[in-house]
Parts: sequence; structure tokens; C-alpha cells
Amino acid sequence: MAYQQGLYPVLQKENLAKNIFSLTIYCPGIAAEAQPGQFVHLRVPAHILRRPISIAEIDRKQGTIRIIYEIRGEGTKILADLKAGDMADVLGPLGHGYTLLDSDKKCVVVGGGIGVPPLLAVAEHYGANASAIIGFRSAQAAILENDFKKAGVRTVLCTDDGTMGQKGFVTNALEKLLQSETPDLICACGPMVMLRKVTEIAKVHGIACEISLEERMACGVGACLGCACRINRNGKECVLHVCKDGPVFQGEEVVF
Amino acid sequence: MADLRVEVAGVSFQNPVIPASGAFGFGREYEKFYPLSELGGISVKGMTLNPKDGNPAPRIAETPMGMLNSVGLQNPGIDAFLEKELPELSKKGTRIIANVAGSTVEDCVEMIRRIEGTAVDMIELNISCPNVKQGGAAFGTSCESAAGITAAVRKATTKPLMVKLSPNVTSITDIAKAVEAEGADAVSLINTLLGMKIDINTRRPVLKNNVGGMSGPAVFPIAVRMVWQVANAVKIPVVGMGGISSGEDAIEMMMAGASAVQVGAAIFTDPYAPVKIIKGINDWLDTHGIASVSEIVGTVQPW
Repeated sequence: MAYQQGLYPVLQKENLAKNIFSLTIYCPGIAAEAQPGQFVHLRVPAHILRRPISIAEIDRKQGTIRIIYEIRGEGTKILADLKAGDMADVLGPLGHGYTLLDSDKKCVVVGGGIGVPPLLAVAEHYGANASAIIGFRSAQAAILENDFKKAGVRTVLCTDDGTMGQKGFVTNALEKLLQSETPDLICACGPMVMLRKVTEIAKVHGIACEISLEERMACGVGACLGCACRINRNGKECVLHVCKDGPVFQGEEVVF
Repeated sequence: MADLRVEVAGVSFQNPVIPASGAFGFGREYEKFYPLSELGGISVKGMTLNPKDGNPAPRIAETPMGMLNSVGLQNPGIDAFLEKELPELSKKGTRIIANVAGSTVEDCVEMIRRIEGTAVDMIELNISCPNVKQGGAAFGTSCESAAGITAAVRKATTKPLMVKLSPNVTSITDIAKAVEAEGADAVSLINTLLGMKIDINTRRPVLKNNVGGMSGPAVFPIAVRMVWQVANAVKIPVVGMGGISSGEDAIEMMMAGASAVQVGAAIFTDPYAPVKIIKGINDWLDTHGIASVSEIVGTVQPW
């Protein structure tokens, strides 16, 4: 598979919550190849490192991808200025995404905060056979609940402070859900502490679990070896890279 | 179309643009963007005798028009390169520069011995990696140790030997002269400048290694100055690098005295940077009616 890089038009921009933005970008070549869990590397004007942003939705028919990001620093702050009609310098699709089982299999996606967006593309694949457990700090930070519901996905929304949906962590909701059903796969993205807990829960229930990691990166394609992570694979612990070997790994192979 | 061919230490390059060690792996990733045959050469990821895991993450931080890295020479080891990468890489129609970064003289000599007789076109002896505690930069920061390791490696190889110099020294010209005296065929510079970035909210360095090597456009004027000084101090060719991100930058570096250039961080901004730089050099030469790129080397007219 060839990587693609170019300037592509932003068709739509939405402000989903405070400091969280959604861009729909017309890039047919990238959309045709993209898989849920992969990311694109966005160039930031007047900065030398691109910013990796996960792909939240893929519309091959329209030739678009949707990306959702939160202002975390200088780079994402500049990217937040992109608006409909602007051209975005996009490199992608990059990385190794989530395993997509047949869409009649059952999948539970578990997301925390800005880790929720890439799970939308996963949930859309399974539609009514997917359950989503999405968690946020508070109602003000909650995003995408309606998008999951629109895809026919049974959706449980949790907030840490109880200002919206259930009060509590997504991991509590996951444990509760697994009391009544046994999915074929759990896909998760969010803070490391959440991913660790989801991995433990999946292991206890004997359910396959895939998690998406995050790390500061430079090249995005596996050349510079910047985004190192420790992974147990083929019986030994080794240093792999989030951008190329990941961002999605089997939960149980990740050295937390 | 200008003549872009250059010669460095008896090795002919079809153009003067070489992706720098550490920025380009072993070429596999960027082959998905363009044929490697478009490049003058490739300086492969710095290698050690045995496989090396490198430093813990985070290894990357952005700085104003620059970046810090503390990868710490993660690499599969010299044998994996020779067995798994070189056989294919040597058929790509570009020059292969093996970047050797041992932590002891013995390790370097052993690696050089294993490279002897292979398809590698040139050795780049890395005595300047700032990210490994043992060795690496230690060799490059004193004339005695730089001379010592160069002499030992020189005896072990018939291949053209280029020594990559550290800018984190009091006098880079003294180091350059020391390695020239021990038989280096060329020098390349600059490796990264040691830097640091602190997250003021957590009061922690962004890099887990605390410090790292700085590269990118921010270091370009320093690199030009050092290349100019070294080119005036030694008779062997100089390969210039440090923040080059356009054809104009490459021309400037060559006017300072570089016979060829390496490109690193610019590739992270734009994976096509090396091929765009080649085109940029050609366009500039054509615009100025210069027939051959080698004509501009060292032509700066200092005040």
C-alpha cells in the first residue's frame, strides 16, 4: 500500500465541545484505503512536526474522512483554525488499525475522552451488533453520542462527575455489560490507565481485546523510531513503534 | 537540466542529496513515496554491533522550528542490516552509506570488518550521537579519542571512510583536523545539538531521557557556520547537514563548502523533502546558468 500525501479541501468543520473540533476532509485516495483505527498526519503551518490524528469516520462513497481532535498544545491550537474551504496537508492513512470481524459478530467499543472518535468508525462497521461505552470528564466534554446512536449502536455514556449519562468510569460500565453478554471483540482507546483496566477485564472474561496507543511521534511511518512502545510479541518483550506497528495492539501484548 | 553529479571521497553520487542517518530508516518506508533511485544516496540508521532497544519514550519533542530526539540508537544490529536490509537496498540504484555507531573502539572495528566486502559504498563513522550515555558522543568530543577511533577504523577498512562530527564541542575544526590526520576520507557535520525542553506544568522534561539532540531549520545557521569553518580547515571533502529543508538551503550549505548534503528533520515535515530539494537545486542552477552543481562548492565570498 502506498502512502498518500497532499493538500485536500476541508468540507466541513464543527465545534463538538469546548476545544474539540471535527473536520470532514475530501481526500478520496486516502478514504479508499483507510481502515478504522488508522490515523492521518496533519501538517501544522510554520511547525516542523506533523500531528497524528485518528480517523473517526470513513466515507468511501463521498471520498471523505472525518477527524476529531482536541486542542492540547500549540500545534492543535493552530489546526483548530482550519475551516471549511481551507486546504489541509494530510499524510495517510497511517498505522495498523483495529481488526474488523464480520459485521454480524458482536463488538464492544470502549472509549475515554478524545479516545472516543476512532471507535466511531469501528462501531459503524458492526452497526446494531456493536455496543459503545463512551466516557468523558463531564457533560461539557461529551461528544459523538448521537453519532453512535445514529449508526444503530447501543450506547452507554458515562461522565466522571455524573453531569450526563451514568456517573462513573467506562470500565465499571464494561464490567456490568459483560455480565449479560459476551462480545467477540473489545476495542478500546483512551487514557493508559483506562486501557490497562479494559485489558484486565477482557482477560478475566476471556474476550479478545485491542487497544490504541498514543505517543509523541515525528515521521509517522516507522522510519525515525521516535514513538517507541514496549510490546510482548512472539514470547519476548520488544520495542515497537506506535505509528507503524500500532497504534492498535492486542491489549494483552502491551507492556503497561 | 544541470549536472547534479558530485564526488565525495572517490564515491560518485548522481546528485548531492542524501537522507540523513536516523531520519530515513533503511529506506523501506519512503520507498512507498518515491523510488530510492532518485536520491544521491542513503545514510542508513545508525547501527551498533548488537541490537539496541534505545531510550524510553517520549523520545520526540517539538521546539521552535526544530525538534529534539532521544531515540538512543535503537537498531537491529549490524548483522541484521547486512543480512536483511542491504541485499535489497543495494539494488535500488542509489549509494549506501553505513552509519556505524559503536560504544567501544572494538565494537566499531568489528562492525567495519563485517561491512568490508559487502555492497556498502561508504562508511559514516558516528562519533557524535548525543543520546547514548556510553560512547557515541564521547569519541567525538576530544581530539585524542576522535583520532584514536578513526585510526583504528581506518586500519580495518578499504572502503571510503567519512567521520560524522558533533557540534557539541569547543572547536569542531580541531576535531576535523584530528580525524583527517588519521586517514578519514571525508567528514560529515553537524550531528544534533544537545538540547532540552521542560513541560512547565508538570516540571518534567518532555523527553524521558531529559535531554536530546536538536535538529531542524532552527540549527541551520549553526550548521552552515560549522561547515564553512571545517571546509576551510581541512583538505578532505565535507558533507553538510543540519536543518536543510529547501533547494536554496542546500545551495547555501554547498557554497559554505559542502560537497554534498544530508537531509533529516525536513523529511518529517514533508516526506518528499529530499526529492523536492533535488529539484530545487536543479532549478536554482538552471536559473543562474550554472552547468554543474560541483561548481558552487565552497564559493562563498567571505567579507
